[in-house]
Amino acid sequence: MSFLRVSAAIATAFLLGCFLEGCSYSPITVKAASVKDDKDRHSAPDFALKDADGKTVHLSDYKGKVVLLDFWATWCGPCRIEIPWFEEIERTRKDKGFEVLGVSMDENGWEDVKPFLAQMKVNYRVVIGDDPTTQAYGGVDSLPTTFLIDKQGKIAAIHIGIDGGRKDFEDGVDALLREGDTPVNAGNGGVPPAVAAAKQH
Amino acid sequence: MLAMVVCLPLLRPQSSTERLTVGQTEKVVGKRNDAVRTKIPVSILDGYHVNSNTPSDEYLIPLKVTWTALGALEGGQVTYPKAEKITVGAQSLSVFTGKFDLAVNFKVSAKAPAGPGIATGKLGFQACNDKMCFPPKSIEINVPYQVQ
Repeated sequence: MSFLRVSAAIATAFLLGCFLEGCSYSPITVKAASVKDDKDRHSAPDFALKDADGKTVHLSDYKGKVVLLDFWATWCGPCRIEIPWFEEIERTRKDKGFEVLGVSMDENGWEDVKPFLAQMKVNYRVVIGDDPTTQAYGGVDSLPTTFLIDKQGKIAAIHIGIDGGRKDFEDGVDALLREGDTPVNAGNGGVPPAVAAAKQH
Repeated sequence: MLAMVVCLPLLRPQSSTERLTVGQTEKVVGKRNDAVRTKIPVSILDGYHVNSNTPSDEYLIPLKVTWTALGALEGGQVTYPKAEKITVGAQSLSVFTGKFDLAVNFKVSAKAPAGPGIATGKLGFQACNDKMCFPPKSIEINVPYQVQ
């Protein structure tokens, strides 16, 4: 009888634990040190910039997707190192709701950028930046400066230069893609999903 | 919108001109028709480089002197130092680092009035380190001269 009581108590505790923590919980192994908690994120300023086809691109067009917004230039050596990283990250995650958007800071605009994109075989979308846009993003005094923007259109990470490396971008993008997979109140005590994801690292 | 902008963590302002400084240029002294020479001392901050006058590809921005007002001087041909080769990622770059001089050759104009003057120009450059690059900038150059 005593054994049954103990077993029942263990089972109850397990079920209660499942209820509180979420029975479908599976640990996220991705580490993304650069991704901020949701409470520390601010809305990414919207913009209207032209792509190579002359089509106006707004950041708000990407709402609901994770966006890697990369300020770069053809004359920037470290930016060239990142381009193949971004191509690969987009190629492998585009169907999961991820896109790269390059913002070229070349003064000569498409005259320099179009042949460069062709030479580098860049497969993601690029627009030409302007002063209001860079000012809205804090000045962008050095390149590359890259913003990871979450599905809610908030800036989740800022990379200045190429300090973090490719893995850091991959981890950041993956962490942001996972956000929203777990509904709020489903095993995380009501913590917003972005914060919950960041805290599981 | 304004609130969003204000809330953004501001990137620390960094002036590219501070990564390259130009020292005092030697005064040029000569008579009419004389060939004269001066040096423009240039200093690059430790840890940074600028593209040389002959960068390794067409997209890179060279170090270049452009004269805006020569006054009583003519010419202004610049001799650049020997460039260094460095590698960033897979890219080989032709750069200048540290301290160096740009040698400049002038000729005193045949019709130059005697007296002092200043030739002015700009030194255009684009600086980087191994992690990031900074927008192209130009810095003013003044070459004082005395026509005897």
